[in-house]
Amino acid sequence: MASSIRVRAIANGETTDVQTLIQHPMDSGFIKDDKGAFIPAHYIKELTFEHNGKPVFIADWGTAVSKDPYVKFAFKGGAKGDDLKVSWIDNKGESDIATFKIQ
Amino acid sequence: MRFWLTTLAILWVAHPACAADGIDPAADARAFRNFFVQKFPNVKLEDFANGPYALNEDMRRQWEEKEQFPPYEFSLEMGKELFAKPFVNGKHYADCFPDRGIGVRQDYPQFDDKSGKVVTLELALNRCREANGERAITYTGDDMAALTAYMAFTSRGKPFNIKIPDDPRALEAYENGKRYFYTRRGQLNFSCATCHVQNPGERLRAEVLAPALGILNAMPIYRSEWGSMGTTSRRFTTCNSQVRGVPLEPQSDEYRDLEYFLSYVSNGLPISGPGSRP
Amino acid sequence: MRISLRAVIRLCQVLVVLPLGSAAHAANSETDFKAAYAAADAAEREAGRLRNQWLATEAALTEAKKAAEKRDFDQAVAAAREAEALAKASIFQATNEKEAWKTLEIR
Repeated sequence: MASSIRVRAIANGETTDVQTLIQHPMDSGFIKDDKGAFIPAHYIKELTFEHNGKPVFIADWGTAVSKDPYVKFAFKGGAKGDDLKVSWIDNKGESDIATFKIQ
Repeated sequence: MRFWLTTLAILWVAHPACAADGIDPAADARAFRNFFVQKFPNVKLEDFANGPYALNEDMRRQWEEKEQFPPYEFSLEMGKELFAKPFVNGKHYADCFPDRGIGVRQDYPQFDDKSGKVVTLELALNRCREANGERAITYTGDDMAALTAYMAFTSRGKPFNIKIPDDPRALEAYENGKRYFYTRRGQLNFSCATCHVQNPGERLRAEVLAPALGILNAMPIYRSEWGSMGTTSRRFTTCNSQVRGVPLEPQSDEYRDLEYFLSYVSNGLPISGPGSRP
Repeated sequence: MRISLRAVIRLCQVLVVLPLGSAAHAANSETDFKAAYAAADAAEREAGRLRNQWLATEAALTEAKKAAEKRDFDQAVAAAREAEALAKASIFQATNEKEAWKTLEIR
């Protein structure tokens, strides 16, 4: 199955600009389904970006983040061809990992 | 003298798509376009297809950034898969459309001579399903949104090319759509025009209202508010409830005619779908 | 003419017994509700024919039915009357708009 993580990382002089789109329902637990039952909370708890084994961005998320979250940030360092590893784990224990090359 | 008067009369009546009762879609479209171009002189004509982003700098910047990773990507991919998936009888959606359904979105809605009614893209897709032994899918659901998103994507950049044949039924459908657009409805007593002609660029609570010119060019749209892709049917029905009116059935005659009118007056503007909106 | 005290007392006794504009009238019955609901429903159907029903009308009709089920016919009749008023307003809107839409038209 295709990865839930899409990344575009571009080296820009001293910094690297990163954009990510992650496919995840991010259910808050407050929404009801058609039958009136609450859809249980299902959200990413931690999102981590690593460059050369070192975390450059860690997000602690909760139910306030919307479905299919989009993240954009920049970090110091990174060069074209370097690996950027992205991983997340959610409140159900599900997770995903993907590695991308910085462009 | 009589010769010239008769000639003039014949020429006037023979004017393409112009009935003797004064329905003149071409004149309407010109007036419609001029209204918005004059109201927003700094907006390029084709940019009206981007709705509120044409009228609000800050929103535009955020939208342009997100277009590199648009929120509708997942629905669009699903739409491509759904479109390619064969029916139980082995046929495909592609068999129901000209050019295998690729790059045809800008021709819909179209007037169907046989039934004497307007056929929208959504309607055509469900008719294709039913003609091939499949059950129709919900007009306001995710699958229809994904399918129309894919078809819109293959037409990106192509100008709306809606035709109104010289048929009184087609002219009447167009006129019905126009009348629906301007008619006040619901307990809030708003017409479509109240928001999209009188107040484009203004805020309605936290939203910036889109201009009516080009408003369907971006359909279907991924609305952050919905957290999902939604069809024209979904937007029409929710707009009705938002003015506190009971929505009509999706793909009711009124909605089909409304889509016909709104698409026609946006002829020449490029398809920008699938779109993303707040 | 001089009125005797006895006559005044008699008059007061009669006035007390007569039901003159009293707020505490007889409670609505199921029959009252059925009539009120039928009128509201008929109006809402007419609004439906005109393709112009309001959400508030539907909500009031539902409220009327719920109150009737609980046998609170005063509430049920009140809700039904509100529904009828809303339905009639939506009919007026639709009828009025048959010509009024032209004032908004871009020409």
